[in-house]
Amino acid sequence: MGEKTQEVKLHGMWASSYSKRVELALRIKGIPYDYIEEDLSNKSQLLLKYNPVHKKVPVLVHNGKPIAESYIILEYIDETWKNSPKLLPEDAYGRAKVRFWASFIQQQLFENIGKMFTCEGEAQEKVYKEVIEKLTMFETAIKELFPGGAPFTNGENLGLLDILMSATLTSHKAVEEVLGVEILNPEKNPLLFSCNSIEGTSFGERNSLSS
Amino acid sequence: MADEVILLDFWPSMFGMRVRVALAEKGIKYEYREEDLRNKSQLLLKMNPVHKKIPVLIHNGKPICESLIIVQYIDEVWNDRAPILPSDPYQRAQARFWADFVDKKVHDAGRKIWTTKGEEKEAAKKEFIDVLKVLEEQLGDKPYFGGDHFGFVDISLITYYSWFSAYEIFGEFSIEAHCPKLIAWAKRCLQKKSVSETLPDGKKIHGFINDMRKKLGVE
Repeated sequence: MGEKTQEVKLHGMWASSYSKRVELALRIKGIPYDYIEEDLSNKSQLLLKYNPVHKKVPVLVHNGKPIAESYIILEYIDETWKNSPKLLPEDAYGRAKVRFWASFIQQQLFENIGKMFTCEGEAQEKVYKEVIEKLTMFETAIKELFPGGAPFTNGENLGLLDILMSATLTSHKAVEEVLGVEILNPEKNPLLFSCNSIEGTSFGERNSLSS
Repeated sequence: MADEVILLDFWPSMFGMRVRVALAEKGIKYEYREEDLRNKSQLLLKMNPVHKKIPVLIHNGKPICESLIIVQYIDEVWNDRAPILPSDPYQRAQARFWADFVDKKVHDAGRKIWTTKGEEKEAAKKEFIDVLKVLEEQLGDKPYFGGDHFGFVDISLITYYSWFSAYEIFGEFSIEAHCPKLIAWAKRCLQKKSVSETLPDGKKIHGFINDMRKKLGVE
């Protein structure tokens, strides 16, 4: 049947951490791709055609076929390009755990941090307390999930949760500055605090993720 | 060694029903345990300490939470029969996308119909119908969202069907009038034992919602 050229395009936006998740996954897997920067105030016809339901980035287009929703794209990447590193574990229970925490990071951490930008005073205080509570919960869970030490602290054996954490939390310093609150404390969240960026790891340096 | 499968659930929950349908599709024997959500069992709190919610599947002592995650787990473990997700990665991504759409859009829109009044309720009805219309378009002329076979998206949506008649009564509208193809699809799904034996009667759900409305003070 001959070798079919894999055509991989990513419609993204530089400041979107959803977009960043997909870029990280593609780079970690060593998949070459074309990046198309979208202006979200003036979305391209292609984007609207590829994601008519949500009209959002990121959208991965593989050999002309679009896949939307960052988390779904990550699973698609792992199932299509089966080379290592594997983003999800092989066993069903391990996969269920990763999916559970991925959903947690998205709904309990990321969306709540986002909420803090759109409310003030007491309402903001309440969301802030929830975020801190959830971060503590997650920090505890990581110790159980990675008894040998969290991969994102040493850049080895990176997986899906590492990608989500890196993309979600790398901007925490900026978030903290804008909101005037502390989200990650090195004493209370040692593992998460050290997950500053995959850029800061040996993997990041080898693959020049910051460009 | 025989598998030990326990499901912690609450009978009207459309999320719990998804797991029950998946287990029935695969012919898996399990122990059903009804939870009183006002007085959650120690087991539930231990098995789902993060969210303290049902459904929780406990397989040989290990808990799995979140209905769609549980359904995928069931499909991956009991992978020798009645496949729920397609095998092709692109088709799987599409199935996950639409199940995610159902999760994001159907629940909240439906809930607002029976928890709000006046203008808010009218807006909720419109939103609900719009969401169902998008789904109906996606279904097209296929017998199921999964194509020829009942699959992941079908399971994620069909469990709302037992709540439809309650939505219609409180919203004073007919879903069939707006989305006839979708109702035809639902009736097709109901011909499957796994669905008909799982979904409670619409009247029971209506009674349940009536009680909830009183408790929430919506009248």
